[in-house]
Amino acid sequence: MVLVYSDNKKLVFEMLNVAVELGKNTKKEVIAVIIGKSDESLAREYISYGADNVFIAETNFETFKAEEYTDILSKVVEETGADTILIGSNKNGKELSARLGGILNAGCVVDSNNIYIKDNNIFAERVVYSGNAIAILKFNSKPAIITIPPKAFDPLKKDEKRKGEITKKKIEAEKSQSKILKVQELKSEGVNVEDAEIIVSCGRGFKNKEDIKLVNDLADVLKGKTVGCSRPIAADLKWLSEDHWIGLSGHKVKPKLYIAAGISGQIQHIAGMRDSGIIVAINKDPEALIFKSADYGIVGDLYEVIPKLTAAVKEKMG
Amino acid sequence: MNIIVCAKQVVDVSEMKFDSSTKKPILQGVSQKISDIDKNAMEEAIKIKDKHGGKITVLTVGPANAKERIKELLAMGADEGVLVVALDNIDYHMTATLLAEAVKKIGEYDMILCGEASVDLFSGQIGPRLAGLLKIPQITYAMKVTAEKNSVTAEQNMGKNVVTSESTYPALITVTKEINEPRLPSLMQILGAANKPINEYTAETLVKDVKPVVETIDLKGVSMERKNVIYKNDLDESVEQLVNSLAKEGVLGG
Ligand SMILES: Cc1cc2nc3c(=O)[nH]c(=O)nc-3n(C[C@H](O)[C@H](O)[C@H](O)COP(=O)(O)OP(=O)(O)OC[C@H]3O[C@@H](n4cnc5c(N)ncnc54)[C@H](O)[C@@H]3O)c2cc1C
Ligand SMILES: Nc1ncnc2c1ncn2[C@@H]1O[C@H](COP(=O)(O)O)[C@@H](O)[C@H]1O
Repeated sequence: MVLVYSDNKKLVFEMLNVAVELGKNTKKEVIAVIIGKSDESLAREYISYGADNVFIAETNFETFKAEEYTDILSKVVEETGADTILIGSNKNGKELSARLGGILNAGCVVDSNNIYIKDNNIFAERVVYSGNAIAILKFNSKPAIITIPPKAFDPLKKDEKRKGEITKKKIEAEKSQSKILKVQELKSEGVNVEDAEIIVSCGRGFKNKEDIKLVNDLADVLKGKTVGCSRPIAADLKWLSEDHWIGLSGHKVKPKLYIAAGISGQIQHIAGMRDSGIIVAINKDPEALIFKSADYGIVGDLYEVIPKLTAAVKEKMG
Repeated sequence: MNIIVCAKQVVDVSEMKFDSSTKKPILQGVSQKISDIDKNAMEEAIKIKDKHGGKITVLTVGPANAKERIKELLAMGADEGVLVVALDNIDYHMTATLLAEAVKKIGEYDMILCGEASVDLFSGQIGPRLAGLLKIPQITYAMKVTAEKNSVTAEQNMGKNVVTSESTYPALITVTKEINEPRLPSLMQILGAANKPINEYTAETLVKDVKPVVETIDLKGVSMERKNVIYKNDLDESVEQLVNSLAKEGVLGG
């Protein structure tokens, strides 16, 4: 059995693609799991994207807590006899999958975008050493737990006529010793750097939050309209929301043009943008690491360079 | 308050060299360091100890030479180190199992602190795995921790939400890079660290017969070749050249 679970339904649609492939190779059924309130219309959607069956684990827990959800999921694993478990790689999914691995003494590979079967073994590949290498990992025992990041796979074509069974079961889980006191939604500016064709990114070379306008202006004339940033701009300074954050711990992007301004080019930033088409760096320090990862660069003060570049691009593009 | 800080020795990824033909990273001879965010975990432990008193133990599963790295954390303010000398081909399952057994051997503890993820493998697995093995609550991605006598509260950065959680002890907390600024030990502290104890265990004394469930078969290299054309003369000229180059590359607009 191949289980698929995420609290993000889009991720489930994407993962079902891989699950169906793995299921075909091992002649196993694909089961999508819903934890929480029963939602049959969602279950039917999962079936139309490739799930053979849907298991709805009904619980009274209102919010996600890794301890409780792990307990529930481990019971679903037991119930279904699943040997492959695919979990959506958002923060909830990662902590859930790792804890599940601990409890089941099972292998877990986080953030894999390439999963295959060879000689009856499951292999998963993932980026390691901040993008410097790809590890080929082989599972030696079952179950195999793998988390899959967003956009690693496209969903299959939706087929409303597909049939599948929906199983509902109330699952009792042990209550955790921890409590959630408050959930506060983080402000998001709704940018989608993953899909952007052109990204202009800013880093700590910017002195004030207001100065980010410079990047906005350049992004505008480039018709890219997408602004990215390094971790400190989003996480420390909070000048931009986290949907702009690019890098190892942020979003992975591959625009055709990536412009990094006032970004030093530490490997953790590069890890998020190394697959870009053309990389341009603007930095006042000629020794800045970013120039090693760039196709083109200008050594200079971004406060002088960006306005000039914006004007020149505008002129060129007419 | 007894606190255990899990710290990993990692290769310095920014100093990696590559085989010119295979593009594979050459792991031998790369300098080693404590994974960045584990120093944030250490700093947080010191702050909690400053408030409540108690003891901080640094726990590492790693090669014998990790002892030198543990000393850096002893210099920062840990009281004691524990090194579990690991086997080759170790995977997350084994590391977490060894950590769990070492924690049991250390005995009384209120809190375990880990980094949100290690800088070399960046999985964020060990914290939740260990919490699962020890059957204790886990609070991940903490960007603020407030430890009280009988409970701990933390603000977690969960991506879309900031979640404020509270737990009784014992609890495992993983911290983000932004939680604090790790201190640099003084020369006196560095010298003083030489007298603090580091207990060593072999893996075999802690667990019999633990095998990897995930095996690393190979590392594929990835090439990052870039043109590296840098304009550094007259600014107006540089900007013009850059725009022309970008136009030629076909990346300007449409
Ligand atoms: C586990 C881990 C995960 C991480 N994940 C990420 C991640 O996902 N994304 C990320 O970005 N970082 C990440 N980091 C942090 C990363 O290591 C760097 O600290 C960060 O990328 C640095 O951001 P920066 O380049 O904006 O700032 P800095 O390193 O401070 O660089 C600022 C640059 O601006 C230049 N500058 C200053 N003034 C000017 C000026 N007037 N004109 C032109 N240039 C100027 C300086 O020369 C310098 O190069 C991670 C770190 C760790 C340990
Ligand atoms: N070998 C190890 N020894 C001690 N702690 C570790 C080890 N590996 C990982 N950790 C801890 O687990 C965190 C997450 O690591 P990882 O799961 O590799 O991303 C690290 O920041 C450490 O706190």
